[in-house]
Amino acid sequence: MIYLTIIISAIFVNNIVLSQFLGICPFMGVSKKINTALGMGAAVTFVMVLASMVTYLIQKYILVKFGIEFLQTIAYILVIAALVQLVEIVLKKVSPPLYQALGVYLPLITTNCAILGVAILIIQKNFSMLEGIVFAAASAIGFAFALVIFAGIREHLDLMDVPKGMRGTPIALVVAGILALAFMGFAGIV
Amino acid sequence: MTLKDNFIKGFFKENAVFVLLLGLCPTLATSSSAINGLGMGLATTFVLVMSNIVISLVKNQIPDKVRIPSFIVIIASFVTVVDLVMSGFLPDLHSSLGLFIPLIVVNCIVLGRAEAFASKNNILDSLIDGVSMGLGFAMALTILGSIREILGAGTIFGIDLSIYPTDEKGAPVTMLMFILAPGAFIVLGYLIALINKIRNV
Repeated sequence: MIYLTIIISAIFVNNIVLSQFLGICPFMGVSKKINTALGMGAAVTFVMVLASMVTYLIQKYILVKFGIEFLQTIAYILVIAALVQLVEIVLKKVSPPLYQALGVYLPLITTNCAILGVAILIIQKNFSMLEGIVFAAASAIGFAFALVIFAGIREHLDLMDVPKGMRGTPIALVVAGILALAFMGFAGIV
Repeated sequence: MTLKDNFIKGFFKENAVFVLLLGLCPTLATSSSAINGLGMGLATTFVLVMSNIVISLVKNQIPDKVRIPSFIVIIASFVTVVDLVMSGFLPDLHSSLGLFIPLIVVNCIVLGRAEAFASKNNILDSLIDGVSMGLGFAMALTILGSIREILGAGTIFGIDLSIYPTDEKGAPVTMLMFILAPGAFIVLGYLIALINKIRNV
Protein backbone atom coordinates (compact mmCIF):
# COMPACT_ATOMS: atom_id res chain seq x y z
CA MET A 1 0.00 0.00 0.00
CA ILE A 2 2.82 2.38 0.84
CA TYR A 3 4.28 1.76 -2.62
CA LEU A 4 0.96 2.63 -4.27
CA THR A 5 0.86 5.89 -2.30
CA ILE A 6 4.41 6.72 -3.38
CA ILE A 7 3.61 5.97 -7.04
CA ILE A 8 0.37 8.00 -7.21
CA SER A 9 1.93 10.86 -5.29
CA ALA A 10 5.03 11.02 -7.50
CA ILE A 11 3.20 10.77 -10.81
CA PHE A 12 0.11 12.90 -10.23
CA VAL A 13 0.03 14.87 -7.00
CA ASN A 14 3.65 16.01 -6.76
CA ASN A 15 4.49 15.74 -10.44
CA ILE A 16 8.19 16.37 -10.73
CA VAL A 17 7.91 18.90 -13.56
CA LEU A 18 4.59 20.61 -12.96
CA SER A 19 4.69 20.99 -9.21
CA GLN A 20 8.33 20.48 -8.14
CA PHE A 21 9.89 22.39 -11.08
CA LEU A 22 12.62 19.82 -11.67
CA GLY A 23 13.76 19.15 -15.22
CA ILE A 24 12.21 22.24 -16.79
CA CYS A 25 15.01 22.61 -19.37
CA PRO A 26 14.33 19.30 -21.17
CA PHE A 27 10.61 19.89 -20.58
CA MET A 28 10.84 23.09 -22.65
CA GLY A 29 13.64 21.93 -24.95
CA VAL A 30 12.62 18.51 -26.26
CA SER A 31 8.85 18.74 -26.15
CA LYS A 32 8.22 19.87 -29.72
CA LYS A 33 7.35 16.37 -31.01
CA ILE A 34 5.74 13.40 -29.26
CA ASN A 35 8.43 11.00 -30.54
CA THR A 36 11.36 12.92 -29.08
CA ALA A 37 9.39 13.39 -25.88
CA LEU A 38 8.96 9.61 -25.59
CA GLY A 39 12.69 9.04 -26.23
CA MET A 40 13.70 11.58 -23.61
CA GLY A 41 11.20 10.15 -21.14
CA ALA A 42 12.60 6.64 -21.58
CA ALA A 43 16.22 7.84 -21.24
CA VAL A 44 15.40 9.78 -18.07
CA THR A 45 13.55 6.79 -16.55
CA PHE A 46 16.51 4.52 -17.22
CA VAL A 47 19.15 6.87 -15.81
CA MET A 48 17.05 8.07 -12.88
CA VAL A 49 16.43 4.57 -11.50
CA LEU A 50 20.07 3.60 -11.96
CA ALA A 51 21.40 6.87 -10.50
CA SER A 52 19.19 6.77 -7.42
CA MET A 53 20.25 3.20 -6.70
CA VAL A 54 23.94 4.07 -6.94
CA THR A 55 23.67 7.33 -4.97
CA TYR A 56 21.66 5.56 -2.27
CA LEU A 57 24.43 2.98 -1.81
CA ILE A 58 27.06 5.72 -1.79
CA GLN A 59 25.14 7.67 0.84
CA LYS A 60 24.66 4.66 3.14
CA TYR A 61 28.00 2.90 2.74
CA ILE A 62 30.47 5.74 2.12
CA LEU A 63 29.17 9.18 3.13
CA VAL A 64 27.33 8.19 6.33
CA LYS A 65 29.85 5.53 7.32
CA PHE A 66 32.76 7.98 7.27
CA GLY A 67 30.70 10.95 8.51
CA ILE A 68 31.25 13.08 5.40
CA GLU A 69 27.65 13.84 4.45
CA PHE A 70 28.60 17.42 3.58
CA LEU A 71 30.28 16.08 0.44
CA GLN A 72 26.87 14.90 -0.81
CA THR A 73 26.51 17.43 -3.63
CA ILE A 74 30.00 16.89 -5.02
CA ALA A 75 29.86 13.11 -4.73
CA TYR A 76 26.42 12.81 -6.31
CA ILE A 77 27.07 15.04 -9.30
CA LEU A 78 30.32 13.24 -10.11
CA VAL A 79 28.70 9.82 -9.78
CA ILE A 80 25.80 10.85 -12.00
CA ALA A 81 28.11 12.32 -14.64
CA ALA A 82 30.26 9.18 -14.64
CA LEU A 83 27.21 6.92 -14.68
CA VAL A 84 25.72 8.66 -17.70
CA GLN A 85 29.02 8.22 -19.57
CA LEU A 86 29.14 4.58 -18.57
CA VAL A 87 25.55 3.93 -19.65
CA GLU A 88 26.34 5.54 -22.99
CA ILE A 89 29.41 3.33 -23.56
CA VAL A 90 27.67 0.12 -22.43
CA LEU A 91 24.55 0.79 -24.49
CA LYS A 92 26.63 1.49 -27.59
CA LYS A 93 28.33 -1.88 -27.23
CA VAL A 94 25.50 -4.07 -25.93
CA SER A 95 22.39 -2.73 -27.58
CA PRO A 96 22.93 -0.53 -30.65
CA PRO A 97 19.18 -0.15 -31.37
CA LEU A 98 18.53 1.14 -27.84
CA TYR A 99 21.57 3.43 -28.18
CA GLN A 100 20.15 4.75 -31.45
CA ALA A 101 16.90 5.55 -29.69
CA LEU A 102 18.26 7.06 -26.46
CA GLY A 103 21.82 8.09 -27.43
CA VAL A 104 21.22 11.71 -28.33
CA TYR A 105 19.43 12.38 -25.04
CA LEU A 106 22.00 10.85 -22.73
CA PRO A 107 24.57 13.72 -22.68
CA LEU A 108 21.74 16.14 -21.92
CA ILE A 109 20.77 14.18 -18.84
CA THR A 110 23.91 14.95 -16.79
CA THR A 111 22.74 18.51 -16.25
CA ASN A 112 19.11 17.52 -15.84
CA CYS A 113 18.38 18.71 -12.33
CA ALA A 114 15.62 16.10 -11.99
CA ILE A 115 18.19 13.31 -11.63
CA LEU A 116 20.20 15.02 -8.88
CA GLY A 117 17.02 16.39 -7.32
CA VAL A 118 15.36 12.98 -7.01
CA ALA A 119 18.57 11.41 -5.65
CA ILE A 120 18.70 14.06 -2.90
CA LEU A 121 14.93 13.86 -2.24
CA ILE A 122 15.18 10.10 -1.60
CA ILE A 123 17.73 10.75 1.16
CA GLN A 124 15.74 13.69 2.57
CA LYS A 125 12.55 11.64 2.72
CA ASN A 126 14.31 8.77 4.53
CA PHE A 127 13.17 6.16 2.06
CA SER A 128 14.42 2.58 2.19
CA MET A 129 16.29 1.28 -0.84
CA LEU A 130 13.19 -0.32 -2.42
CA GLU A 131 10.97 2.70 -1.68
CA GLY A 132 13.66 4.90 -3.21
CA ILE A 133 13.73 2.87 -6.41
CA VAL A 134 9.94 2.92 -6.67
CA PHE A 135 9.94 6.68 -6.03
CA ALA A 136 12.62 7.26 -8.70
CA ALA A 137 10.77 5.16 -11.27
CA ALA A 138 7.43 6.81 -10.52
CA SER A 139 8.97 10.30 -10.67
CA ALA A 140 10.53 9.50 -14.04
CA ILE A 141 7.22 8.18 -15.33
CA GLY A 142 5.57 11.39 -14.11
CA PHE A 143 8.23 13.35 -16.01
CA ALA A 144 7.64 11.34 -19.21
CA PHE A 145 3.87 11.68 -18.74
CA ALA A 146 4.02 15.48 -18.43
CA LEU A 147 6.50 15.69 -21.32
CA VAL A 148 4.31 13.66 -23.69
CA ILE A 149 1.11 15.55 -22.84
CA PHE A 150 2.94 18.84 -23.30
CA ALA A 151 4.44 17.71 -26.64
CA GLY A 152 0.98 16.74 -27.84
CA ILE A 153 -0.34 20.20 -27.00
CA ARG A 154 2.65 21.91 -28.63
CA GLU A 155 2.17 19.99 -31.88
CA HIS A 156 -1.30 21.54 -32.09
CA LEU A 157 -0.03 24.90 -30.91
CA ASP A 158 2.17 25.18 -34.02
CA LEU A 159 -0.96 25.43 -36.15
CA MET A 160 -2.57 28.15 -34.04
CA ASP A 161 -2.50 31.84 -34.76
CA VAL A 162 -0.62 33.05 -31.68
CA PRO A 163 0.04 36.80 -31.20
CA LYS A 164 3.55 37.69 -32.44
CA GLY A 165 5.15 38.52 -29.11
CA MET A 166 3.77 35.37 -27.48
CA ARG A 167 5.12 32.92 -30.06
CA GLY A 168 7.61 30.27 -28.97
CA THR A 169 8.60 30.17 -25.33
CA PRO A 170 6.04 32.60 -23.80
CA ILE A 171 2.99 30.70 -25.03
CA ALA A 172 4.66 27.39 -24.12
CA LEU A 173 5.15 28.64 -20.55
CA VAL A 174 1.54 29.80 -20.29
CA VAL A 175 0.35 26.42 -21.59
CA ALA A 176 2.59 24.68 -19.04
CA GLY A 177 1.00 26.87 -16.36
CA ILE A 178 -2.50 25.81 -17.39
CA LEU A 179 -1.32 22.17 -17.42
CA ALA A 180 0.07 22.65 -13.91
CA LEU A 181 -3.31 24.08 -12.89
CA ALA A 182 -4.97 20.93 -14.23
CA PHE A 183 -2.54 18.74 -12.27
CA MET A 184 -3.41 20.67 -9.10
CA GLY A 185 -6.76 18.96 -9.38
CA PHE A 186 -5.06 15.74 -8.30
CA ALA A 187 -4.14 17.26 -4.93
CA GLY A 188 -5.99 15.46 -2.17
CA ILE A 189 -6.02 12.01 -3.79
CA VAL A 190 -3.26 10.84 -1.48
CA MET B 1 35.18 45.05 -25.37
CA THR B 2 35.29 47.41 -22.41
CA LEU B 3 34.38 46.33 -18.89
CA LYS B 4 31.21 48.40 -19.01
CA ASP B 5 30.04 46.73 -22.22
CA ASN B 6 30.83 43.38 -20.67
CA PHE B 7 28.68 44.23 -17.65
CA ILE B 8 25.70 45.52 -19.63
CA LYS B 9 25.85 42.47 -21.89
CA GLY B 10 25.46 40.04 -19.01
CA PHE B 11 23.02 42.10 -16.95
CA PHE B 12 20.60 43.14 -19.64
CA LYS B 13 21.31 42.28 -23.28
CA GLU B 14 21.97 38.62 -22.60
CA ASN B 15 19.97 38.31 -19.41
CA ALA B 16 20.14 34.66 -18.44
CA VAL B 17 16.45 34.21 -17.67
CA PHE B 18 14.60 36.61 -19.96
CA VAL B 19 16.77 36.35 -23.07
CA LEU B 20 18.86 33.17 -22.93
CA LEU B 21 16.19 31.16 -21.06
CA LEU B 22 18.80 29.40 -18.91
CA GLY B 23 18.29 28.20 -15.37
CA LEU B 24 14.52 27.96 -15.57
CA CYS B 25 14.17 25.37 -12.78
CA PRO B 26 15.38 27.58 -9.90
CA THR B 27 13.75 30.60 -11.55
CA LEU B 28 10.31 29.05 -11.40
CA ALA B 29 10.73 27.17 -8.14
CA THR B 30 12.25 29.82 -5.89
CA SER B 31 10.40 32.92 -7.03
CA SER B 32 7.32 32.38 -4.87
CA SER B 33 8.21 35.57 -2.98
CA ALA B 34 10.51 38.53 -3.62
CA ILE B 35 12.85 37.65 -0.76
CA ASN B 36 13.23 34.02 -1.85
CA GLY B 37 13.96 35.12 -5.41
CA LEU B 38 16.58 37.63 -4.22
CA GLY B 39 18.19 35.06 -1.89
CA MET B 40 18.44 32.45 -4.62
CA GLY B 41 19.75 35.06 -7.08
CA LEU B 42 22.50 36.18 -4.72
CA ALA B 43 23.48 32.61 -3.82
CA THR B 44 23.82 31.81 -7.52
CA THR B 45 25.77 35.04 -8.09
CA PHE B 46 28.29 34.03 -5.42
CA VAL B 47 28.79 30.59 -6.98
CA LEU B 48 29.03 32.08 -10.46
CA VAL B 49 31.62 34.73 -9.49
CA MET B 50 33.80 32.37 -7.46
CA SER B 51 33.72 29.55 -10.01
CA ASN B 52 34.45 31.99 -12.86
CA ILE B 53 37.48 33.34 -10.97
CA VAL B 54 38.89 29.92 -10.10
CA ILE B 55 38.26 28.44 -13.53
CA SER B 56 39.90 31.37 -15.27
CA LEU B 57 42.92 30.93 -12.94
CA VAL B 58 43.36 27.20 -13.57
CA LYS B 59 42.21 27.08 -17.18
CA ASN B 60 45.72 26.41 -18.50
CA GLN B 61 46.39 23.59 -16.03
CA ILE B 62 43.29 21.53 -16.89
CA PRO B 63 43.64 19.06 -19.78
CA ASP B 64 41.01 19.69 -22.40
CA LYS B 65 39.43 16.22 -22.17
CA VAL B 66 38.55 16.38 -18.48
CA ARG B 67 37.59 20.04 -18.35
CA ILE B 68 33.83 19.57 -17.87
CA PRO B 69 34.18 17.21 -14.84
CA SER B 70 36.82 19.55 -13.39
CA PHE B 71 34.51 22.55 -13.79
CA ILE B 72 31.69 20.61 -12.12
CA VAL B 73 33.89 19.76 -9.12
CA ILE B 74 34.92 23.42 -8.72
CA ILE B 75 31.30 24.57 -8.97
CA ALA B 76 30.08 21.86 -6.58
CA SER B 77 32.66 22.96 -3.98
CA PHE B 78 31.35 26.51 -3.96
CA VAL B 79 27.76 25.27 -3.86
CA THR B 80 28.67 23.28 -0.74
CA VAL B 81 30.14 26.45 0.78
CA VAL B 82 26.92 28.38 0.09
CA ASP B 83 24.82 25.51 1.44
CA LEU B 84 26.73 25.33 4.73
CA VAL B 85 26.99 29.10 5.24
CA MET B 86 23.30 29.61 4.51
CA SER B 87 22.15 26.84 6.85
CA GLY B 88 24.33 28.38 9.58
CA PHE B 89 23.43 32.05 9.23
CA LEU B 90 20.12 32.18 7.32
CA PRO B 91 18.26 29.04 8.41
CA ASP B 92 14.82 30.38 7.39
CA LEU B 93 15.88 31.19 3.85
CA HIS B 94 17.78 27.91 3.68
CA SER B 95 14.71 25.88 4.56
CA SER B 96 12.45 27.76 2.14
CA LEU B 97 14.89 27.35 -0.78
CA GLY B 98 15.50 23.76 0.32
CA LEU B 99 16.42 21.37 -2.44
CA PHE B 100 17.32 24.14 -4.86
CA ILE B 101 20.52 25.14 -3.06
CA PRO B 102 22.38 21.91 -3.92
CA LEU B 103 20.77 22.10 -7.35
CA ILE B 104 22.73 25.28 -8.16
CA VAL B 105 25.35 22.75 -9.32
CA VAL B 106 23.25 21.75 -12.30
CA ASN B 107 22.12 25.29 -13.09
CA CYS B 108 23.03 25.63 -16.76
CA ILE B 109 24.02 29.29 -16.30
CA VAL B 110 26.97 28.45 -14.05
CA LEU B 111 28.45 25.67 -16.18
CA GLY B 112 27.53 27.60 -19.32
CA ARG B 113 29.56 30.66 -18.29
CA ALA B 114 32.45 28.48 -17.13
CA GLU B 115 32.63 26.74 -20.48
CA ALA B 116 31.78 29.67 -22.75
CA PHE B 117 33.54 32.54 -20.99
CA ALA B 118 35.78 31.85 -17.98
CA SER B 119 37.75 29.08 -19.69
CA LYS B 120 38.77 31.50 -22.45
CA ASN B 121 39.22 34.88 -20.73
CA ASN B 122 41.39 36.50 -18.06
CA ILE B 123 40.45 36.87 -14.39
CA LEU B 124 39.12 40.43 -14.49
CA ASP B 125 36.84 39.84 -17.46
CA SER B 126 35.62 36.57 -15.95
CA LEU B 127 34.92 38.31 -12.64
CA ILE B 128 32.87 41.03 -14.35
CA ASP B 129 31.08 38.40 -16.41
CA GLY B 130 30.17 36.44 -13.29
CA VAL B 131 28.96 39.55 -11.43
CA SER B 132 26.84 40.81 -14.33
CA MET B 133 25.34 37.43 -15.24
CA GLY B 134 24.65 36.68 -11.58
CA LEU B 135 23.08 40.05 -10.82
CA GLY B 136 21.02 39.80 -14.02
CA PHE B 137 19.75 36.45 -12.78
CA ALA B 138 19.06 37.87 -9.31
CA MET B 139 17.20 40.82 -10.86
CA ALA B 140 15.03 38.51 -12.96
CA LEU B 141 14.20 36.33 -9.96
CA THR B 142 13.39 39.34 -7.79
CA ILE B 143 11.08 40.85 -10.42
CA LEU B 144 9.31 37.53 -10.92
CA GLY B 145 9.13 36.96 -7.15
CA SER B 146 7.74 40.46 -6.53
CA ILE B 147 5.00 40.08 -9.13
CA ARG B 148 4.00 36.67 -7.78
CA GLU B 149 4.07 37.88 -4.19
CA ILE B 150 1.97 40.98 -4.96
CA LEU B 151 -0.61 39.01 -6.95
CA GLY B 152 -0.64 35.93 -4.76
CA ALA B 153 -0.32 37.32 -1.24
CA GLY B 154 -0.80 41.09 -1.55
CA THR B 155 2.59 41.73 0.04
CA ILE B 156 6.08 42.65 -1.18
CA PHE B 157 9.23 41.66 0.73
CA GLY B 158 6.77 40.70 3.49
CA ILE B 159 5.28 44.22 3.73
CA ASP B 160 1.48 44.22 3.53
CA LEU B 161 0.17 46.37 0.68
CA SER B 162 -3.50 45.79 1.68
CA ILE B 163 -4.70 45.83 -1.93
CA TYR B 164 -7.09 42.93 -1.52
CA PRO B 165 -10.52 42.93 0.19
CA THR B 166 -10.77 40.94 3.41
CA ASP B 167 -13.26 38.22 4.24
CA GLU B 168 -15.45 38.15 7.36
CA LYS B 169 -12.54 36.82 9.45
CA GLY B 170 -10.26 39.65 8.37
CA ALA B 171 -7.94 37.54 6.17
CA PRO B 172 -7.21 39.02 2.72
CA VAL B 173 -8.80 37.28 -0.26
CA THR B 174 -5.83 36.76 -2.59
CA MET B 175 -5.13 35.02 -5.88
CA LEU B 176 -3.30 32.11 -4.27
CA MET B 177 -2.66 30.48 -7.64
CA PHE B 178 0.19 32.91 -8.35
CA ILE B 179 2.21 31.65 -5.39
CA LEU B 180 1.61 28.02 -6.38
CA ALA B 181 3.17 26.22 -9.35
CA PRO B 182 0.85 27.37 -12.19
CA GLY B 183 1.43 31.04 -11.38
CA ALA B 184 5.17 30.66 -11.88
CA PHE B 185 4.79 29.42 -15.45
CA ILE B 186 2.11 31.92 -16.40
CA VAL B 187 3.83 35.03 -14.94
CA LEU B 188 7.17 34.10 -16.53
CA GLY B 189 5.44 33.46 -19.89
CA TYR B 190 3.86 36.91 -19.93
CA LEU B 191 7.07 38.57 -18.66
CA ILE B 192 9.12 37.06 -21.50
CA ALA B 193 6.45 38.12 -24.00
CA LEU B 194 6.68 41.67 -22.60
CA ILE B 195 10.50 41.66 -22.84
CA ASN B 196 10.30 40.36 -26.43
CA LYS B 197 7.96 43.23 -27.23
CA ILE B 198 10.30 45.82 -25.66
CA ARG B 199 13.39 44.39 -27.41
CA ASN B 200 11.77 44.37 -30.83
CA VAL B 201 10.62 47.99 -30.71
